[in-house]
Amino acid sequence: MLSLGSGGGRSTKPSFVSYVTPEDMKIKEKEEGLKRSKHPDLLPGEVVFCSANHVLKYTLEDASQRGVYGTLLCTNFKIAFISDETSSQETAPPFKNKLLRQNDIPLTCVDHIYGVNDEKKKLIIGCQVKSKYPSKLIIQCKDLRVFHFSLIYAKEEEAKKIFQGIVHHSLEPKSLKCVFAFSYCETASPSKASRKRSRTLMFETKEDWSVELDRTKGKCKVSSANEDYVISETLPQFFVVPFAVSDDDILRFHGKGIPFWCWSHHSGCALFKMACLPAIQEDGISQKYMHRMLDAVTQDQLYPVKVEDLSSCLPALQDLQLSYNKFKQLFLIDSTTEFWVSDMKWFSSLENSGWLEIIRQCLMKAVEIVDCLESAHTSVLIVEESCSDLCCVLSSLVQIMLDPYYRTRSGFQSLVQKEWVAGGHSFLDRCNHLYQKEKEVPAPVFLLFLECVWQLFQQHAPAFQFSETYLTVLSDSIHIPLFSTFLFNSQHHRDTAMKPGHPEAQRSPLNFPSVWDWSLQFDSKAQSLFTNPLYVEKPIQDKTLRKTAHQKHQRQLSLPNTLSKPSPRKGFFKEETDNLKKIFLGKRVGKWLNPTDSSKELYESWQRKPLDYQGLLLPYLDGPAIRVWIQRYLRWVPEAQIFGGGSIATVNRVLELAGEIQNLQKEVERRSCRMDSSIAWTPVYSGPPLCSRLSSFPFTAMHASSFRPAIPSSIRQSLGSVSSLADKEDDDSQVSGVL
Amino acid sequence: MEKLTAGAGGGGYSSEQGSAVTGVARKPPRPRGAGVGSSRQPSVETLESPPGSHVEWCRQLIAATISSQIAGPVSSEAISRDYKALRDGNRLAQMEEAPCFPGESIKAIAKDVMYICPFTGAVSGTLTVTDYKLYFKSLEREPPFILEVNLGVISRLETIGVQSHGENSCGMEIVCKDMRNPRFAYKQEEQCKLEIFENLNKHAFPVSSNLPLFAFLYKEKFPVDGWKVYDPVAEYKRQGLPNESWTISKVNLNYELCDTYPALLVIPTSIKDEDLRRVVAFRAKHRIPVLSWIHPESQATITRCSQPLVGPSDKRCIEDEKYLQTIMDANAQSHKLTIFDARQNSVADTNKAKEGGYESESFYTNAELTFLEIPNIHVMRESLRKLKEVTYPVIDEAKWLSNVDSTHWLEYIRLLLTGAVRIADKMESGKTSVVVHCSDGWDRTAQLTSLAMLMLDSYYRTIKGFEVLIEKEWISFGHRFAVRVGHGDVNHTNSERSPIFVQFIDCVWQMMRQFPAAFEFNELFLITILDHLYSCLFGTFLYNSEQERVKAELHTKTVSLWSYINSQPEEFTNPFYVNYENHVLYPVASLRHLELWVNYYVRWNPHMRPQMPVHQNLKELLAIRSELQKKVDELHREASTRSLSSSSDQGSSPSHSATPLHTTV
Repeated sequence: MLSLGSGGGRSTKPSFVSYVTPEDMKIKEKEEGLKRSKHPDLLPGEVVFCSANHVLKYTLEDASQRGVYGTLLCTNFKIAFISDETSSQETAPPFKNKLLRQNDIPLTCVDHIYGVNDEKKKLIIGCQVKSKYPSKLIIQCKDLRVFHFSLIYAKEEEAKKIFQGIVHHSLEPKSLKCVFAFSYCETASPSKASRKRSRTLMFETKEDWSVELDRTKGKCKVSSANEDYVISETLPQFFVVPFAVSDDDILRFHGKGIPFWCWSHHSGCALFKMACLPAIQEDGISQKYMHRMLDAVTQDQLYPVKVEDLSSCLPALQDLQLSYNKFKQLFLIDSTTEFWVSDMKWFSSLENSGWLEIIRQCLMKAVEIVDCLESAHTSVLIVEESCSDLCCVLSSLVQIMLDPYYRTRSGFQSLVQKEWVAGGHSFLDRCNHLYQKEKEVPAPVFLLFLECVWQLFQQHAPAFQFSETYLTVLSDSIHIPLFSTFLFNSQHHRDTAMKPGHPEAQRSPLNFPSVWDWSLQFDSKAQSLFTNPLYVEKPIQDKTLRKTAHQKHQRQLSLPNTLSKPSPRKGFFKEETDNLKKIFLGKRVGKWLNPTDSSKELYESWQRKPLDYQGLLLPYLDGPAIRVWIQRYLRWVPEAQIFGGGSIATVNRVLELAGEIQNLQKEVERRSCRMDSSIAWTPVYSGPPLCSRLSSFPFTAMHASSFRPAIPSSIRQSLGSVSSLADKEDDDSQVSGVL
Repeated sequence: MEKLTAGAGGGGYSSEQGSAVTGVARKPPRPRGAGVGSSRQPSVETLESPPGSHVEWCRQLIAATISSQIAGPVSSEAISRDYKALRDGNRLAQMEEAPCFPGESIKAIAKDVMYICPFTGAVSGTLTVTDYKLYFKSLEREPPFILEVNLGVISRLETIGVQSHGENSCGMEIVCKDMRNPRFAYKQEEQCKLEIFENLNKHAFPVSSNLPLFAFLYKEKFPVDGWKVYDPVAEYKRQGLPNESWTISKVNLNYELCDTYPALLVIPTSIKDEDLRRVVAFRAKHRIPVLSWIHPESQATITRCSQPLVGPSDKRCIEDEKYLQTIMDANAQSHKLTIFDARQNSVADTNKAKEGGYESESFYTNAELTFLEIPNIHVMRESLRKLKEVTYPVIDEAKWLSNVDSTHWLEYIRLLLTGAVRIADKMESGKTSVVVHCSDGWDRTAQLTSLAMLMLDSYYRTIKGFEVLIEKEWISFGHRFAVRVGHGDVNHTNSERSPIFVQFIDCVWQMMRQFPAAFEFNELFLITILDHLYSCLFGTFLYNSEQERVKAELHTKTVSLWSYINSQPEEFTNPFYVNYENHVLYPVASLRHLELWVNYYVRWNPHMRPQMPVHQNLKELLAIRSELQKKVDELHREASTRSLSSSSDQGSSPSHSATPLHTTV
């Protein structure tokens, strides 16, 4: 349906032809006919740069050197492999991305490319490619897929061109205008998906901020001081500040040192964030200024304020990047042998990467801030150099923990808009979409945030309206160069970029889609997988259900031990433990007790109450509680697939049940009304039966018939350390008595 | 929501140590946390001695007694008047007394004992010792603090005396088999305290003091008789046995052939008695190859045995070779037989040097021998000991992963699962019969055969089926429970003790984690089984062999664990259960998918509040469904009585919805 001929696209829109080298054009024209039949679904504005036939794509599933032949293409959007075999339909993943097919890699999604010659793997660096090309190409993607292509069967000329093309377009620095979104938006008809339908607040208008202020009953004002970006290009046009902050204050340091309002707690205290003042200021001036700003915060809120400086307590962006690089490497696996060899070192490599520890630190810091707001009723001011990196992670986490609205899908999307997009997170630089190495520090800051949210999700799944799949898909979408959400460093940056390139062109500004236009990527059936079927909407459900549950428990009365069964609702008195704490505050018993811990009381009182999924949510932070996001990281590793299992199994069971209930409801309706009334019907995903699904559902599919269990290949390794015991016999009366 | 059910289940005390160990109608402890985030311990503390050391223990004891003296008045000031009156009166002792099971009797009571809780601090109360449990209750906290430790779980008792402020204080440490070491402190002078220790010593180790195990005193009645769960003939019939190749033999009816095997054995039909005698003599402990499971389609079989007595001189036994050939021939689908030797190759060689050994591929034609390289019981015991070190009482968060790694516990779990997957795969994909053995064929062999059967046969993944599996592969085939657990035995250093069965249940839990919808039972079921492995409340895991059990008249004199469980199956049912039927489960034996079973090993730590089960929502959905179902049925009935509409358009959907959600492959 999106089959705009590539030639047509080019002739009418000359503005981007300049990115296509003349060589590319020649090849393209030569093979135009061939490709058109083979590649019918180019997106609007997409053009093929080069292609090669007879490329072999290795099938990694069976670890052999087998594979499928096909055509490898490089367009201005993606690297694509089109299989010669037509039967690829049945192996297609269960939920299809409308923009990308199974073997498509967006150019901005390429992480590393390796060339293999004579079994030697060599990292390929852009700008250094000579005329030689490797016989095998390994492409590692930012969404953790790994592709192996063999070029030895392709024509030499084609192979050379495709290799150079891929390297040039994915590994070399480019300008923002080269990003596919621009040619797409110039060509595609304006997005039909109207924003009215989605309830996501974009925080681009004064109204959105007012709505948010009203919702949380925040006592602040919306400032238009930066309308048309007159004060600062990094700030949004509208933002919220305490009443006492004047436009002159904002102007003074171009918005630096201004406490921006994030969210208000129901008690009245609020969360603010602030960028550090420029260092050049004289001490006296900046101190006085800061005092005034802090006064401004406390004045309106009637609460004391606590300043949290993130630079002192959380890792630097470079460390973040370093740690993630190590961590990611654990999942980019080339072969079965490598999988099993690395399996033996799994725990130590995981710990060495430090990634889980960073996640824990962020969550812990967020809990501290929550503690201030929730227990101490103290406003918190988060301070960071630019107030747009870890500041965003923490402010959004705090809001998710405290406010159930942000655990709904539209609430979560609004939160990302508020804290990240309007908050001026430099997505373009941090994601390094343009491959400009020297310019800014790339760091997976937004991913870190998603990781933290996932930890909360896996610990308290019923509290979230969206699913794990939603988070995974969102993390993938970062690397699709189409969404305005992730393409710019600030709103000003976006607004200028979207202005028509040439003033003489009689065109309206480009209208980039937002990532929240999910229908651009997925049909409604696939989107149903974004909803968490375990979500508990209201804290208290139907009373009749409660009763039945209680009756069941009463069976225990006939059994031992119920004698001492306490009433579950027995008062949750705190005084008793407080006394004990007082006793032990001075005299500690060993190292076991740690009553000085600041958030401990928050946890205690939180755990004392029955868990309310619509209330405060705290993460568990102990070693075993922080886990690896299996779905995201292991979904492409064939050895790690659980055939018929995985956490998706429970989700499916609930979905099945929900479908059945809907059927019954319809049945009841039909029978009682005697007519076909139309009940609101959300499509329930029905795929293959549970047992033949992989744990990576919905991301990968596999032939049930071809499934064989993965058997570790290195059993004999690394069990040598306890040999003295190992040599002992099982049945040894002679050694008894020895410990 | 979760906390409410936890309270109802028994974890609702303020105690961080629930009392599921008592094994009564209680959920596993859902401990109430004292708080998370203690990760940032002041660095000064690293200078102190490790928490387990003796010095540290003494220091704690002194600190506890001192603080109770100094802080005493402070605390009573804060306590309300009513409470004070209560405390001084006799009612307090009554309220802190232990509730008893039918058949249980109180042996000693001591007041003003201090429990030094590693998580929430010292608390004083009344300590009661019965012939089944140790019970500590304190009304100092609200809700009352309760600690219950059944005596069966005690591995050893230790006391120390400390001089402080001119008073003799005494400390008692109770080292438990279930990963905790509760500690108590009391003043020595009082006579009753001495009584406590003596009684504890006597009743915790009844076998050593010539007393009966508590299971023989327990008088509880259950509506269901768990001893009827396993009937070998019925189970073999379910498998389609006997058939033309296999017979249910009564040759061991009086346990004369092999005293550690059950009375009924499934062996090849064609085997002659005198040949069988030769095979018996050639296998260690007379444990000949017998059938455990037969594949319903391919007729491939899992047979189990002990090692052949090959010895250093490479002895042969023609009858044994023929016997294995017969086993192979019984399966027409394959001309191979795979022998899985669970041991490490090197250890098998050592065994060969002294009497034992393994089948030589040159004598056993068509047989291929594979070593699964699983270390022995001593290695496993050591591994669990290390695991206790890194999980109790505190977890070092920063080094959690490497600490777990250093115990090798999960690595051994991985080895076991790998072995079982290979067996299952050989059976399913290779259609080849397998023979499994280790040295004696009662530890690793039982682990492997039962895990493989769990993967291959969905029946064993039901509650009843799993009970049958344990009764069959473990209890009847002579896993030496009494020796491995050390029921009632004071000799805690006995090197025959090993957590082999715990390891098996851990493997099952790992499978359950990977296939959350494939098992009819839940985590509580597994934890309950493990708690009663030690408790000696039920007769199920007592003794080493069927012969010993018959002699002790276990089935008439004790209660079965399955009586308790099957009387309230809904407690132990997994609401996500979907019958996978003939689908073989292959767990992924990769450390990436294995996780430490925190809800079992680290359950005493209040920070480890169990993962919120998502069951509640599902249970509600199930309730809604059944309600709707009822409504539909009612309407259907109404309609048919009025006979208003044609029957054809009503027929299908109610019946469709009524069928349980079974997914077939």
